[in-house]
Amino acid sequence: MGANTQERSTAKPKRKKRFSLLTRRDLIVLGLLLGVPAAIHIFFVWVPALLSIVLSFANWNGIGGVGKIDWIGTTNYQQIATIYPPFWPAVRHNLIWLGTFILIATPIGMYLAVQLDKEVRGTRFYQSAIYLPVVLSLALVGFIWQLIYAPEEGLLNNLLGTTQQGNLIDWLGNPSLNLWAILIAASWRHIGYIMILYLAGLKSVDPTLKEAAAIDGASSRQTFFHVVFPVLKPINIVILVVTIIESLRAFDIVYVTNKGTNGLELLSILVTNNIIGEASRIGYGSALAVILLIISLGFIITYLFRTFRADEAEL
Amino acid sequence: MTTLAERRARRQSQNQISGVEGPRWGLRIFLAVTALVWLLPLLWAVYTSLRPYEDTARLGYVSIGGSYGFGNFATAWTQADLPHYYINTLIISVPGVIVTLLLASMAAFALSRFSFRFNIALLMLFTAGNLLPQQVIITPLYRMFLSIPLPTWLSSTGLMFDSYFGLITIHVAFQMGFCTFVLSNYMKALPRDLTEAAFVDGASVWRQYRSVIMPLSRPPLAALATLEFTWIYNDFFWAIVLVQTGSKRPITSALNNLAGLYFTDNNLIAAGSILAAIPTLIVFVLLQRHFVKGLTLGSSKG
Repeated sequence: MGANTQERSTAKPKRKKRFSLLTRRDLIVLGLLLGVPAAIHIFFVWVPALLSIVLSFANWNGIGGVGKIDWIGTTNYQQIATIYPPFWPAVRHNLIWLGTFILIATPIGMYLAVQLDKEVRGTRFYQSAIYLPVVLSLALVGFIWQLIYAPEEGLLNNLLGTTQQGNLIDWLGNPSLNLWAILIAASWRHIGYIMILYLAGLKSVDPTLKEAAAIDGASSRQTFFHVVFPVLKPINIVILVVTIIESLRAFDIVYVTNKGTNGLELLSILVTNNIIGEASRIGYGSALAVILLIISLGFIITYLFRTFRADEAEL
Repeated sequence: MTTLAERRARRQSQNQISGVEGPRWGLRIFLAVTALVWLLPLLWAVYTSLRPYEDTARLGYVSIGGSYGFGNFATAWTQADLPHYYINTLIISVPGVIVTLLLASMAAFALSRFSFRFNIALLMLFTAGNLLPQQVIITPLYRMFLSIPLPTWLSSTGLMFDSYFGLITIHVAFQMGFCTFVLSNYMKALPRDLTEAAFVDGASVWRQYRSVIMPLSRPPLAALATLEFTWIYNDFFWAIVLVQTGSKRPITSALNNLAGLYFTDNNLIAAGSILAAIPTLIVFVLLQRHFVKGLTLGSSKG
């Protein structure tokens, strides 16, 4: 450790000097190496993100040039909150999605990782089976689960014996059931994703830590909660961020099921409906996007500062 | 052949040697059942796809009997013209992955091997950009794609909108963030002496990138290529919004229309879904190591 910091402190001035030793050609090459990717990324990701904020204060149907834009202040936001029927259901569904992922799916994924980490015979097979859905797209997950949820032909109703007109359960059509049915399908994939991330984290834990806890008489549960879990704090944060972002991004599975209507409204769906629907309401769509942006940026910024603080101290 | 009791006794003694008590039957049964439950949806799709519609209509979907075969796959393949959509996917994903990795490795090299004033800020921008939900940027992006002209040899509509080029561009711009983050972490950990020595020998910045750092970065590049191929292959949202012509869409997003038009029964939907899943299932079987490494590389730092 000590030697390492010393090395770094001597390397620092050297590195600075080296920078000034670069030839003009090298500086141009370096500028291009960084400049070209940065320009593309900023132009196609951050410029639209900022434009979303700007356009959220506008009334514009996209017809006619930018000069036709009507600036209307916060009217879009006021209308969304008061007279746009799908908005509050969408917020509620997004929150249910987030809550289910954080409180149920993610802990199940972590639990499975802990069990798989015990390496009983056949662990590799079990692990592969559980993470198999991760390589599938969420759109495809939607199709595969339709075969299970279909009212008369689906696996579930046939097993339950509820395929007759009188007792038919419409898993995907009933607005008080379909969100939960979809969440089970989405969790099928999410649990595998979390399992594989957490398992990699568990494998990186120094085994002597666990041994020391065992020698001190800690049960495996105590060892996990008091030794392993705190050591894995960085992974825990990554998992939390992944879970939140995945919940806010949810779109495909709902869109292939019923285009996000009738109990499956989500913010991401509403944004999309306002640009590719028959009525293109750019200001409205942008205002909805900004709401999504604000929710996600809060988490993203917290994550970034935790991740990069260590680096900043280094430089 | 050993009897069950013998085997159990042997395993018990093995466990005693490794210091673990009990054969942990409970855990093994739990994991086996979980794995089976996890495979069930896919196995069900496979089973359904192998049966002709007439048989399932007569016997019900949950039944055994009738004939089994690949008829549904053949029908889905030809009726919906699936080869056409696989080719669309290739046209988009292959350049997408290559250009993403090229640009990300360039940025990562510059950010990790040299110190600028804005190093951290830029890296944060790349990382945050990749974490944004796509819907946050789609409204202005849609308008931008409609107003950026392209030469007709790149896009038949003359616009970014509804063109392969436009779709590839947004994949590259969006995925670059994650790859830059992962690659710069990896490159930062490579010994500084490597480029220092090359520099003393008079190697230019370009040579340091091309001949020193890039060859050493093969492991994360392989992992990211696997992961990015899967992600771009699985994209649904960009293609649904930014490509209007159904026949230009890659397979994952085309499936939505095909399901309504050609896949009229569950047997065909099952066959079509499995056909669409096959490329990623090949990745799962053959490149599992790289895929998992790609996922965990992104989380190992943080």
